[in-house]
Amino acid sequence: MSEFVNDPMLEAYIFETSQQVELLEQSVINAENNGSYSPTIVNEIFRIMHTIKGSSAMMLFNNISTVAHHTEDLFYFLRENKPEQVDASKLCDLVLEGIDFVKLELEKIKNGDQPDGNEEQLLVKLKEHLVELKEVNGVSNVSDKNSKATKKQFYISPNKSIDNSNINIFKVNVRFQSDCEMENIRAYMIVHNLQDITTDFHFIPSDVTDNNDSAEIIKKDGFTVYLKTEKTVEEMTKFFDQVAFLDKYELIQIQNSDEYENNREKSNLVQEKQEESIEKEVHFTSSQQSKIISVNVQKLDTLMDLVGEMVISEAMVTQNPDLRGLNLDNFQKAARQLRKITSEIQDVVMSIRMVPLGPTFFKMNRIVRDMSKNLSKDTRLEIIGEDTEVDKNIIDNLGDPLMHLVRNSLDHGIESADERVKKGKPREGTITLEARNAGSEVLVIIKDDGKGLNKEKILAKAMENGLLTKPAEEMVDREIFNLIFLPGFSTKEAVTEYSGRGVGMDVVTKNIEAVGGSIHVESIENEGSTFTIKIPLTLAIIDGMNIKVGESRYTLPITSIKESFRPKEDEVFKDPSGNEMIMIRGGCYPVRRLNEFYKVKTDITDLHKGILIMVEHEHRATCLFVDELIGEQQVVVKALPDYIKKIKKIQGVAGCTLLGDGSISLILDVDGLTQ
Amino acid sequence: MSEVTNDILVDQEEDTQKGKFLTFILGNESYGLEIKFVTEIIGIQAITVVPELPDYIKGIINLRGKIIPVMDVRLRFKKPEIEYNDRTCVIVIEIRGVSIGMIVDSVSEVLVIPDTEIVQPPEMGKGSNKYIKGIGKVDNEVKLLLDCVKLLNDEETENLGNLQ
Repeated sequence: MSEFVNDPMLEAYIFETSQQVELLEQSVINAENNGSYSPTIVNEIFRIMHTIKGSSAMMLFNNISTVAHHTEDLFYFLRENKPEQVDASKLCDLVLEGIDFVKLELEKIKNGDQPDGNEEQLLVKLKEHLVELKEVNGVSNVSDKNSKATKKQFYISPNKSIDNSNINIFKVNVRFQSDCEMENIRAYMIVHNLQDITTDFHFIPSDVTDNNDSAEIIKKDGFTVYLKTEKTVEEMTKFFDQVAFLDKYELIQIQNSDEYENNREKSNLVQEKQEESIEKEVHFTSSQQSKIISVNVQKLDTLMDLVGEMVISEAMVTQNPDLRGLNLDNFQKAARQLRKITSEIQDVVMSIRMVPLGPTFFKMNRIVRDMSKNLSKDTRLEIIGEDTEVDKNIIDNLGDPLMHLVRNSLDHGIESADERVKKGKPREGTITLEARNAGSEVLVIIKDDGKGLNKEKILAKAMENGLLTKPAEEMVDREIFNLIFLPGFSTKEAVTEYSGRGVGMDVVTKNIEAVGGSIHVESIENEGSTFTIKIPLTLAIIDGMNIKVGESRYTLPITSIKESFRPKEDEVFKDPSGNEMIMIRGGCYPVRRLNEFYKVKTDITDLHKGILIMVEHEHRATCLFVDELIGEQQVVVKALPDYIKKIKKIQGVAGCTLLGDGSISLILDVDGLTQ
Repeated sequence: MSEVTNDILVDQEEDTQKGKFLTFILGNESYGLEIKFVTEIIGIQAITVVPELPDYIKGIINLRGKIIPVMDVRLRFKKPEIEYNDRTCVIVIEIRGVSIGMIVDSVSEVLVIPDTEIVQPPEMGKGSNKYIKGIGKVDNEVKLLLDCVKLLNDEETENLGNLQ
């Protein structure tokens, strides 16, 4: 983000507003799913819109501000009048349209353009809907005006004097029931409610909120309120009738304002106090916010790099060749301490970068909602394990594939409602998004209960496009299903708005592989398909096993190592074409000599002198033959230089890392080695 | 005001680098390299071999935590390989953000070769001179001036041929 934006204020605005918009989207969709707008949701939406309106106006993005303003109006009406007949889905459409508008404008701002979108049409719609809502719910124009009027007060600063015409001045003395307790709180409730009616009032005792002794005074003298309002005596009587635990009250209308003014001083005092308490509140929220700070990802990346360097330097010190053979008790103790601290720092830095998958998942809600409406397929999105945390970089790369998969599931997987009923399935389709930890990996599962993948169709299509590498009869289900991830594959006959161009799955695989993950699919016809994405928790640091072949060092990710052993001379045998293999516990595994594979000179060529490491990737296991194991170490993954990557993609090498002695080790990619 | 001085500084810097070449020896010939590309010169150090690369890419080295590839310029120009000795140097150059080390027999000096002393290489056919940008005359010697940009970026087409 910071690439595009230099102004810190603008940056903050964009960051906050996009967050607000996301929250808003979530609330709206929740509301729609519930079929109604609960007061909490209405309040939430109202609050968010209010914030967006305020900050946009401050940044002079007037079109965003007006859209927010009109949406706010709509929800103001909902909040105040609690109408019974609300077309939740239509309202959602409108609000989402508003959200889209804001999003689009935000995107423009991010790119440094002027937010020049035309909001007129949207405004008209919003206004129309408000009118419609009012009509449907039989709210007369009078009350409409009233609500407008009260609404106006919302923005008028409390000090502003109100037009004196029609103003009544009251003195009210309230007595609470003798056993109601906490009189000061009750009194405050009255004050609180009064704020809806008028802003011009004061009361005695004035310190009800922060002085518990005031309860005693109220018990003795009652609670006295002076107020100016447009309301009539009847209305005020009604108001006080509703107060809970009220024993009796005295409502006196004061004709001249002297008595009122006499208490003016006190009133001001009260107002000041009120303002103070408001300030306190503001202060409180801001101190709460300051517990979370947003940090530029670039800074985190730098920190991560530095910690990586530190891990290496620590190894350089503690495993320094100069120390070899020396007996240094105190040094070892100190070194252990250092190691402990560095690994803790590393953990903390890693945890800073970890973000829950939740927001990424919740974004899918919108897609599911829009698509199920457009395709008229009733679909529910179920989200499990949204708290699962993954490195920020990985999450950034996960959004697009997830979106593709969810779209695909909805478009290709879930049947239309009628079809589903015919098949005896529930009318409503379900797509489940699930995330869970599995060792150093995170599994993200996208499951639908649709019609599943059609093997014959996939095979036919693959043959037509020349994607088959071996005879169809020899392929197991798993292999057939995974054909859909090949470039240029799509079984959907017609290209729809959402998918079917045959690029989707290809992009999915590429994106996922880019973050070191993998994807596979399982499917049962008429029961649905399950896409499982495996992604590493982090890209930056892995537990590695360092190995040696000749003069070269390599590092294998610990997670891919099944076992290592020294074979007996006669355990390894060759097939006619010279491929070596070994039988272990009834399974037969190929043997790959790393020295031959990478053409490295080594003296150790006898299998029983070196060591075999069994590595596994996606159920494919291979035994690698290496000279010796050097040891386990946490390594910081570094990419190979761009120049080399440009020349050639080296099979089986994922990157490189620095070892304790400053030398470089190549990190092996087991996926490439087992192919 | 400060901007103006800055501009002058930049100009001066470019000026001081203009026309300056780092010369190095490769077999019997003396080569020149525009000094603005040169980051530093280091002695030969432990090289980690990266498999499956063309033979002239010797591997990668650790330059203070930064990993850069090294290219043996002898092999690049299809000259016989010689064993590295204490005169062998790695010239680290950076072009458009890509760093690479060039292994040469030895580094000689920094020379100023004015444009007037540089002539175009003769057309030898088959594009054999494509990495030579010009030939500089210094006293009685000639320096072959390398086109670093081409040296680094012209590979792909060639490699395809090599690897197939």
